[in-house]
Amino acid sequence: MKTILEGSQACAEAVRLARVQVVSAYPITPQTHIVEELAKFCSDGSLNGRFLCVESEHSAMAAVIGAAAGGVRTFTASSSQGLALMHEMLHWAAGGRLPIVMAEVNRALGPGWNLWADQTDSLAQRDTGWIQLYCADGQEVLDTTLQAYRLAEAVNLPVMVILDAFFLSHTWEPVDLPAQEEVDQFLPPYAPRFRMDTDHPQSLHGVAPIGVYMEMRRSMQLAMEAVPELLERIEEEFFARFGRRYGPVEPYLCDDADVILVTSGTAAGTARVVVDQLRAEGQKAGLLRIRMFRPFPVRSVHEVLKSALKVAVLDRNCSFGAGGIFASELRSALQGGNPVPVYSYIAGLGGRDITVETIRDCFALTRGTDRPAIESVWLGVKEELLK
Amino acid sequence: MLEIRLHGRGGQGAVTSAELIAIAAINKGNFAQAFPSFGPERRGAPVVAFCRVDDRKINIRAKVYKPDVVIVLDPGLLSLLDPTEGMGEGGILILNTRKKPEEITQVSGRNIKVVTVDANKIATEELGRPIVNTTMLGGFVRATGLLGIEDIKEPLLERFGKKLGERNLKAMERAYHEVSIGE
Repeated sequence: MKTILEGSQACAEAVRLARVQVVSAYPITPQTHIVEELAKFCSDGSLNGRFLCVESEHSAMAAVIGAAAGGVRTFTASSSQGLALMHEMLHWAAGGRLPIVMAEVNRALGPGWNLWADQTDSLAQRDTGWIQLYCADGQEVLDTTLQAYRLAEAVNLPVMVILDAFFLSHTWEPVDLPAQEEVDQFLPPYAPRFRMDTDHPQSLHGVAPIGVYMEMRRSMQLAMEAVPELLERIEEEFFARFGRRYGPVEPYLCDDADVILVTSGTAAGTARVVVDQLRAEGQKAGLLRIRMFRPFPVRSVHEVLKSALKVAVLDRNCSFGAGGIFASELRSALQGGNPVPVYSYIAGLGGRDITVETIRDCFALTRGTDRPAIESVWLGVKEELLK
Repeated sequence: MLEIRLHGRGGQGAVTSAELIAIAAINKGNFAQAFPSFGPERRGAPVVAFCRVDDRKINIRAKVYKPDVVIVLDPGLLSLLDPTEGMGEGGILILNTRKKPEEITQVSGRNIKVVTVDANKIATEELGRPIVNTTMLGGFVRATGLLGIEDIKEPLLERFGKKLGERNLKAMERAYHEVSIGE
């Protein structure tokens, strides 16, 4: 059914359609609309699930860890400081091999206190063992959330579905809402491989001595390595049923492009407009949107970028002392394969708009500079405020 | 693509107006997008909302910088900001004011169509309080011709329920008829 939803609502609708059994969350702008909607669904019965109110994000994650260990399908959502407070529990969820799905609405970390879009919060959690999928529009938020349960439950790793604050979470747009029966066929009830069961007592998440810990971590890495192929299979099935597919990366006009811009999230939508403009002006511009950040889609980026002369990466995030995080990951992924120069740009931190002009600047600077700078180039910075 | 910017104050429902336009446009088979100015919502503070309507999928995610249409819900904002900022030739400016279009001297000499409506008066009479967001949609429909009153009726009733929805609908219809359209 064609409808119009906010990105947040698209996420909540997907959780309803996934028949999630336990939701626990602590509200934080801009994640609030997701959990408000779910609290409503749980209370009016449209979702036959329990909404557990807790006193913090750390407890929210702890609650869904407990529920997931009990063998039910779970969901939580957070942003920024809330996600940072969950950090310890994120390791617990992944190390415990629990297929929890959470929505993460990208918001800047304070201080300075800021409610707006910035990916540094989720990217700071990249080593916790969570799969990370970055969405570009409301439909993709809904679809990715459904796919996330299939993926999580197949590899026993948790999945973060990530959406930009406001530019996606609070934007109303057309979304095709699939029928419950269709979703049920795509996503059957959760069949846990292991669970807390008082009739068959066992110990979960206990001590792992030197003799087994490393193997447990190796098994997490192997599960991550299995994700690209699994996602492809799940998407194949999703496509057959719903007619939409995204891939771990989404290339646009890359085949003959000499300069390819790599970015993620909603900035990719605006970048598509710029690529169209540049093509109309006779430039061979391309766009590669990275949807899956963990595991990093090394093979896919090699394939798409193989014939580009220059690659520009636009990051709405920063690892202080290193620079744009997607750029660092991309440079490392390209090692040993493609020697294409990677130009790194940072823009849009703390919700500053990434406009058509910002992205045109990325292309123009990349085209006009012989070799990439060692450090990331920051765009749109007011130099007078730095004095 | 038609790009719309709405200026209002927190609590006046600028975001709701943007959403209603988007819903009506999508129901008609168009693509649309509506989003707020992303501030922490404070009652009374100036707010901005945006709406885009097109006949194909809308990819751009930046704010609207070159609006084709600007709707100003609060007359007091005219002395605080330039509602026509970024507006090009042929733009449409829809104001809630008692003034007539020719009295809006800020845009004199520019090729901008000014449409005025005393939405405070209409909303106060029809709704009992000067919440003008739905009233101003009547001005929008009349000024742009993008949608008909009928197109907004359904989303309006769905949003506000039958009783309140019908009062809002009446306010919108009155605005449609009572606007003053400049040369």
